[in-house]
Formats: sequence, C-alpha cells, structure tokens
Amino acid sequence: MSAPGSIAWIARHELRLAWRDWLAMMTAGGRTRVRTLLVVLLGATAFMHAIAFSIVGRFAAPALDADKTTLVVVTGSALLSWSLMLSQAMESVTRAFYTRSDLDLLLSSPVPPARAFAVRIGAIVLSVTAMSALFAAPFINVLAVLGGARWLTAYASVAAAATAAVAIAALLTTALFRTIGPKRTRLVAQIVAAVIGAGFVVGLQLAAIVSQGTLSRLAVLASEPLVAIAPDVGSLLWWPARAVLGDMVAGLAWLAASGVLLCVAIAVVAPRFADCAIAAAGTPHAPTRPSRFVRPARRAGLGRAFRGGSPMALLRRKEWTLLLRDPWLVSQTLMQLLYLLPPALLLWRSFGGEAGREILLVPVLVMAAGQLAGGLAWLAISGEDAPELIATAPLAAGTILRAKVEAVMGCILTVFAPFVLALALVAPAYAAVAGLGIAIAAASATEVQLCFRAQAKRSHFRRRQTFSRVATFAEAFVSIAWAATAALAATGTTLAAMPGAVAVGILARAHLFGPQSTAS
Amino acid sequence: MFMAFSDPVPALEIRGLCKSFTRPAVDGLDLTVRCGELYTLLGPNGAGKTTTLRMVVGLLRPDAGSIRVRGVDALADPRAAKQVMAWVSDEPMIYDKLTPLEYLELVAGLWGIDGGEARLRAQRLLDWLNLAPHAHQRCESFSKGMRQKVALAGALVHEPSLIVLDEPLTGLDAGSARLVKTVLREHVAAGRTIIMTTHILEVAERMADRIGVIAGGRLIAQGTLDELRRQAGAKTGDGGQSLEDTLEDTFLALVAEEAAAA
Repeated sequence: MSAPGSIAWIARHELRLAWRDWLAMMTAGGRTRVRTLLVVLLGATAFMHAIAFSIVGRFAAPALDADKTTLVVVTGSALLSWSLMLSQAMESVTRAFYTRSDLDLLLSSPVPPARAFAVRIGAIVLSVTAMSALFAAPFINVLAVLGGARWLTAYASVAAAATAAVAIAALLTTALFRTIGPKRTRLVAQIVAAVIGAGFVVGLQLAAIVSQGTLSRLAVLASEPLVAIAPDVGSLLWWPARAVLGDMVAGLAWLAASGVLLCVAIAVVAPRFADCAIAAAGTPHAPTRPSRFVRPARRAGLGRAFRGGSPMALLRRKEWTLLLRDPWLVSQTLMQLLYLLPPALLLWRSFGGEAGREILLVPVLVMAAGQLAGGLAWLAISGEDAPELIATAPLAAGTILRAKVEAVMGCILTVFAPFVLALALVAPAYAAVAGLGIAIAAASATEVQLCFRAQAKRSHFRRRQTFSRVATFAEAFVSIAWAATAALAATGTTLAAMPGAVAVGILARAHLFGPQSTAS
Repeated sequence: MFMAFSDPVPALEIRGLCKSFTRPAVDGLDLTVRCGELYTLLGPNGAGKTTTLRMVVGLLRPDAGSIRVRGVDALADPRAAKQVMAWVSDEPMIYDKLTPLEYLELVAGLWGIDGGEARLRAQRLLDWLNLAPHAHQRCESFSKGMRQKVALAGALVHEPSLIVLDEPLTGLDAGSARLVKTVLREHVAAGRTIIMTTHILEVAERMADRIGVIAGGRLIAQGTLDELRRQAGAKTGDGGQSLEDTLEDTFLALVAEEAAAA
C-alpha cells in the first residue's frame, strides 16, 4: 500500500477516476452495458485488424535501411499523427489548470501542488498514449505477426511521441500563462489546440494542391523536391521514423529523449502549477469590457440584440449571441472551417484547371454542413442553459423549436453561402446540387438532434456523443449518406437515389425510435 | 391594475392535483391562493412542494387534477397562464454569456414587452437589486447570490401578476436576502401575488400572509400563523398551542402528527 499523499497514492486516485470516467463514457452510465461494450470492442478490434492487414500487410518486412523517400513519408505521416496528439495534450493540460472539480480539494490539502501536477501530467501522458495506441495497435500487431517482433518497437514510438507531445503542451500552456495571462490562456490554448490538430493535415493538403493539384498529402511527402532537400539517411532526424520501422535502438533512444523532455517540463512547470491554477480560478470568465472577440458582435448590432423584435427573433438572436461568445465553440467552428480550406483552394485553382474537378467539393461541403449543423443543433436544442425560462415563457413549444432550428440554419447559411456562391461561378450545376445537399444535410442532422434531444449543460458539448450514441451514429451516417447522394447527383446518375434512400431510412428510424419522437 | 384580497377570482386555484414518479409526489392536492397575498408553502423534504410549483408553471404535467391561474385553465391554455406568471427555481438558470441587462431584455421580449420599455424596466430592476454596477458584465463570473438576483429580476421584469418562487433566498447573504424580501413585499403591496417555498421558517413567519403546510403530497394545514397554531393544537389534542410558540414549533407539531397518522 502506498502512503497517503505520495505520488503513487495520488496516481492510484487519478487512475481510478480516469477508468470510471472512461467506462461511463463508453457505456453512457449503464452498468448493464459493460458486456455489450466488450462484445462491441472485440468486434471492432477484429474489424480494425482486418483493415490494417489490407493496408500494411504487404509492408511487413522492409529492409531496415529504408530509403530517403520512405523515411520522409514515414516522418511526415508520424508528424501528422503527432500534431493530433499535441492538440489532445494541449487541451488536456489546459483543462488540468482550469477544471475545478477536485483541484480545489487538492490545492487546499497539504499535498505539495507540484506532486499533484506531476501525477496529473503523468495521467495525461497515459491517456494520450492509450488513445494513440488504440488506433496504431491493429497496424503494429499485423506487422509484428507478419514481419517479426521487432515491429513492436512501434509501441515505444507511440509512447515516446505522446510523452513528447504532453511535455511540449505543458511548456506551451505555461508559456501562454506567463505571456498573455490566465484570462486569455484558456481561449487561446483551445484555439491553438484546434489549429494544431487540423493545421498540419490541412497544411499538407494545401501544399499538395498547390504543387500537385490533388488532395493527397502523400503526394507532397513523396515529391522529389521535398526528398531532395531532406537530410541524409544517416541523420538523427530520421530516428523516430526508424523507430516506427522497427529499429529497437532508435525506439529506445526516442523514448529516452521524450522521457527526459517530460522530466524537464515537469521540473519547469510543476513549481508554477499552483500559481497558475489559482490564477485561473481567480479569473472571471469574461472581461468587464468587451474583449476583442466580442467587439465584432457589438459592431454587428448584437449589443442591442434583445431590444425589440418578436419572441422568435429574440430566440434566434439569443442563440447566435451565445454561439459567438463561446470561445470553445469558436475554436470548434474554426476547426470545421479549416477543413474547408483545401477544397476552397482546389476551387480557386480550378478556375484555370481541368474541368469537372470541382465535383469533389460537393460531398465535402455537404458532409461538413451536416456535421456542423449537428453540433449547433445540439447546442441550441439540448444545450439550452435556461430551459425553465424558455419553458415557462408564453410561447408554443413549436415556436421555440422553430426559432432554434432557424438559428441553426442561419449559421449554416452564413458559413456555407460563400462556398456555394464561389462554386456557382465555376460550376453552377454543382453549386445547385451542393446548395440543396447542404440544406438537406443540415436539416437532417438537426432533425436527428430534435428526435434525441435531452437536457444537458452547454459546457458538456465536447462529450455530447455520450448522451446518445445512437444519435451520434445517426447524425454521422445521415451526413455521409447525403454527401454520397450529392456527389452521385452531381454526376447525373440515378444511383444517387440509393444513398438518399438510406438517409431517409435513417431519419425515419430516428423519428420512430428517438426518445422524443412521441413527445414532439 | 392588480386587485387585492377582495378579488373574487383567486390568483391560483389547484384542485385534486396528483403526480407520481416512483411513488406519489403530489396526492390530491387542493390549494387556493388569493390575489395580492404572499403565500408560503412549507413542508419536509420530499413533501411535494417543488413538484407542485413546477406543475403550476407548466414544467411538469400532472397525472390528474386542475390548475387555474387567475381563472385561466393552465392545462388547457398554458400560454395564457404563462403570460401572467413568472418562475424562479432554487438553482437559477441564466445565460452565462449574456450580461444581466441583455438577459432582462431577452426575458421581457419573450413576454412581448416593447424594447424601450424593457430597457427601462431592466435598468430600474438592476438599480433596485444593486446589480447596476454589473449590468454590462457577463453573468458567468457572478456568485450564486448575484445569479439568484438576476433570475429574480428576470421574473419581475415582465410584471407578472403571479410570481412563483422555489426557495428564493437560498444562497443569498444577509444583505441580499433582506433586499429580496423587501422587493417581494413591495410587489405584494402593489397587488401582485407571490407563492413561494422556503425552508427558512423565520422567513415564512415574518413575510407570509398565509402559510400552507404540505406533507406526503397533501395540504395538511393552512392559514395565518395564529390559525396554524390553533390547527396544530387541535390535531395534537393539547387544546391549542401557545400563542408564543414559534412557527418552528407549530410546523414540527403538524408534520409529526401527519407522520404519526401515516
């Protein structure tokens, strides 16, 4: 047994909380669902291994002396994954500073704050490693079975990459605290995390579009100019790639280096943890005077949003104001828009490019609209912060819902209209299909959220999937189905009716079996 | 124009109200609140006070019974009933990202009040509740007491004739509690009706025109403090409680008797 207050004791406490949190998230709080969860996990594991076999099976035994192009491609792909790890780590580290829950208890106890922080950072390393290993494991396992145990070194690479990501995230967040203060760090860190998560993927795609005219990031990684300027194969820079390819020495060295980086980060950040956390706790969530992020809303007339107008108009404006003032949602929306940049650039290039390439944009836009509408609809419908005020207002329930749906559709119109208009300049027929598809996908995702509406806190947006997995899957599949329908419709084939029928079927099932279907 | 006690139409009339969850929470409740009075509902935990009020304001649908708000059937025409009511729960739910001024303008707009008038009323209420210095700050940084005051201001901004409050003084400091009590009394003096629950018996004793005691989902006694003392005495069989007995003594005697009977 570890002594109370020791690092091992706190670690055990953190692990127990993390395990229960994960289990509750996976089972949506239902204890009886554990067996179902196990069956689903086993099925998903088998499926992922089959997918992995079809993708990497033939690469199981390359020579360890991989050529420069392979090293560049592996390093680039690893960096892609690592950018997502860094994004996740930054978000977790930021939450470690700002989420109160048990932090007040820990900081008011005689346990040294640095110790609590070290444990918390360790827990974040474990969580980021576990999440990444979950996706990498099928590929590593397939390679290990087919190509030998040396491929297991890739697990060390995953752990090393996660460790380095958390160390850098901790240093970055603390640097933000010191430079811009606790008041702005949360917003900036969330946006930076979102941009890092999407930025590298999008950046490579942009480079691929500019240089090769395709959406493939591998095209730019394997391109001759990049390989030519890359360091020689003997460079230390390739050690992480070599570790991924099964070089044990490189793997251990990479792991050791990451471990040292993490120790340095803990040594630097831990003594400041208590100060940062206390400063974060003492910071009002919003400044007294409007921040830079609010001023544009004021200029747009939102400062007078609630003076005059019908109750429906007020409700719509209320939804828009709350969206505009929520930093986390701003970053989420930013992420969605970032993914629209590559197709937008492709559109720009296609003004002088080969005809018909713009058809790629149609499903991308429709899919993005469905996903964005789903999130916004959840916020407007389930994430209502004052449900009792709205329920006791002298308005018909239908009026309230219509106002919320209109607010969501208004956002979708604002975000996607420029893309559709730009597309209309190049390919009017595709623009018409995209416009229709966007409207239908957004309306469908909103309808799914209406069928599965629940009362939740707006701050739970990140975990909205846990409220109803069926709704999450229905929303995703209906968006995919409408995207496929739009893509096929743009080509003029009657096959478009097939995914369209699937989407309608999903909606019908959601309407019939959703918990709110009878109430609505 | 509000009518006081003489108004023949009650502010709130509840008949045979029932609501069950896993067990009956409200069980055939009959209750009448007259216009222009401050009526306080008392009862032990789980007695059905909050459930009753939530059914009155339309947040829960009763299993049986009727609710009339100023003569309007609240179950048949909820919009008309809601138009003259306001509700504040013990956990004030307001929008973190709005300022108090924006929140009050929004609430006024939902009740159909013109923008200019809404602003005037909002500013007057913010002044009244000492919230004017915070009128342009977002509510997310407010303490529970301040949020409670904003929620209360929201309930008053559309000048309802019936104000329904669930534990309105919970979480307020002494100064804020006194301020809220004064505001509520002034609204009653202006002819409006308030029905509220509280666990602070001193509040009921000092503020209420009449007090209703609920236990097991039924009204077991109601009246002024003196009337309650007499009822408690009659129930316990000691020939009447002493006039010096506090509401706490009376309340405990009534609830104990009901528990023994159950």
